[in-house]
Amino acid sequence: MQTPTSSPALRAEGQASPAPARPAGTGLSSGSDSAPPVAPVALPAPNVMAQLVSHPLFLRLVSVVIVFSAWEYAGRVPISPAFPTFLETMDALSGLVADGTLFQAFWITLQPLAIGLLASVVVGVAFGVTMGLNRLAEWFGAPLFIIAQSAPLAALIPILTFAYGIGLTAKVMTVCIMAMPVIVLNSLNAVRHTPLSLLEMGRSFLGSRWQVIWKIVLPAAAPVIFAGLRLGCAAGFIGVILAELLITPTGIGDIITYNQSIAEYAKMYAAIFSIIVFSVLFIELIERLEVTLFRPEKRATR
Amino acid sequence: MNAATAEAIPAEPRAIVEVEDVSKVYPGGTEALNHVSLDFPEGQLTTLLGPSGCGKTTLLKIIAGLIPATGGEVRVDGKVVTGPGPERAFVFQDFALMPWANVLRNVAFGLELRGVARSEREAVAESYIGQVGLKGFEKAYPHELSGGMRQRVGLARALTVNAKVLLMDEPFSAVDEQTRRKFQEDLLELVARERKTFLFVTHSIEEAVYVSDRIVLLSRRPSRVSQIVEPDIPRGDDPEAIRRDPAYIDTVEEIWQGLKKYLDEGV
Repeated sequence: MQTPTSSPALRAEGQASPAPARPAGTGLSSGSDSAPPVAPVALPAPNVMAQLVSHPLFLRLVSVVIVFSAWEYAGRVPISPAFPTFLETMDALSGLVADGTLFQAFWITLQPLAIGLLASVVVGVAFGVTMGLNRLAEWFGAPLFIIAQSAPLAALIPILTFAYGIGLTAKVMTVCIMAMPVIVLNSLNAVRHTPLSLLEMGRSFLGSRWQVIWKIVLPAAAPVIFAGLRLGCAAGFIGVILAELLITPTGIGDIITYNQSIAEYAKMYAAIFSIIVFSVLFIELIERLEVTLFRPEKRATR
Repeated sequence: MNAATAEAIPAEPRAIVEVEDVSKVYPGGTEALNHVSLDFPEGQLTTLLGPSGCGKTTLLKIIAGLIPATGGEVRVDGKVVTGPGPERAFVFQDFALMPWANVLRNVAFGLELRGVARSEREAVAESYIGQVGLKGFEKAYPHELSGGMRQRVGLARALTVNAKVLLMDEPFSAVDEQTRRKFQEDLLELVARERKTFLFVTHSIEEAVYVSDRIVLLSRRPSRVSQIVEPDIPRGDDPEAIRRDPAYIDTVEEIWQGLKKYLDEGV
């Protein structure tokens, strides 16, 4: 697509606009009212404040600070001897990072996660889109994923261990069971809800079935498919940690269980904290990817 | 404008769209059309007018080849309609623009689907974008445009494929009244400029009388053709004059009296 060249400029404009908005506004009002110009007097000061307060980054920061402060406070009360403060946890985290334990753990945890997520995304989107395009495929396949979505995973893990042992395979399967149904069902619904008038438009302008799928159905479905990918990947993270806690303690799961057993709660929470942060960043990355690759109209506005 | 001279010659143009004995029963038993037979003369703007839910959009979509008729047949340019064709282009009530594509790509989309090379189709699209008054908005996305501007995109897209027949399904119903009036004036100009046949669906009597060479009144469901009105209004240089013309006002009144009885029956 040709937009990437023009969009950075638009984007820069969009981000720069909050600051020069006021001068431009006053200029406009004095220009349009050619009658007595009404002077906007006491606007500047509250405006700057309002802009700062309503800036997305500022609000996010405030939200994070409040949560961490509450955590610190709760740890200091303390609500439980097994609940470390935020600062203690951060201290333990830097220790785990410094001695390399955390990276080793992540390397191990990421293997079943990456394989499982990749399989879930590829197979899940393919299945979902096929079922969305074909009623017979939907009737055949959807029940399986609806059951998988509503089944309590922890109860299935013993069966998985019987079938696949305690190695990588069982953990990959756990990730897939958690991640795939959401991805499949979202893709299915996304495709099914392509606006009728867009489909009619494609047909009336002589689009072939494949052209309509590639140029209309899939782009129209992309936002909901990506919503499914974000939910599915988040579920995959839950899956891999569950697998590491319930099948065999490895990677992050190992740090959690081991430190719990020796009452090193700060380290245990540091491991939990690190996987949450990683998960959030990963899901944010998917969103960025979506906007850059598939949503030129979103890039143009913001 | 040379519309006036065209009006002056009452030679009977040939029928480019022929609807013969068309019926439509939707699955579930709703009877939308009941043995409708109708001709649409070439180079004219014919309006299908009727109470809401009378099946006028259904008829238009059958002509477009988007939905199959239950009985009867439609011929366009002598050929029986079995699906959409290159000689017809559709303008949608809800615009049907792709939100992820900018104006240029939306307008060129009909040509893109036909496999026309990018530079060629964009050149054609740009010229029509200019014609509908959207020059400078080529890179804008649909959500950045007003309703009226969006429908101009829809109109430009239909024009780029150079179809003989333009099918317009209540194209102005989703835009506000002021924009609508401007649109109607522009449409008259377009009809005079482009040598095309327009099939126009509306539920507004005033709009129908204002823009049409010929108005087909459809009865309540299951629809039949109840009356055909050919407004004899001079289309001069001043588009505003039409709305003040006694013939315009009389025709609106005549059609209203004709349609009123269906409303009375319905109540």
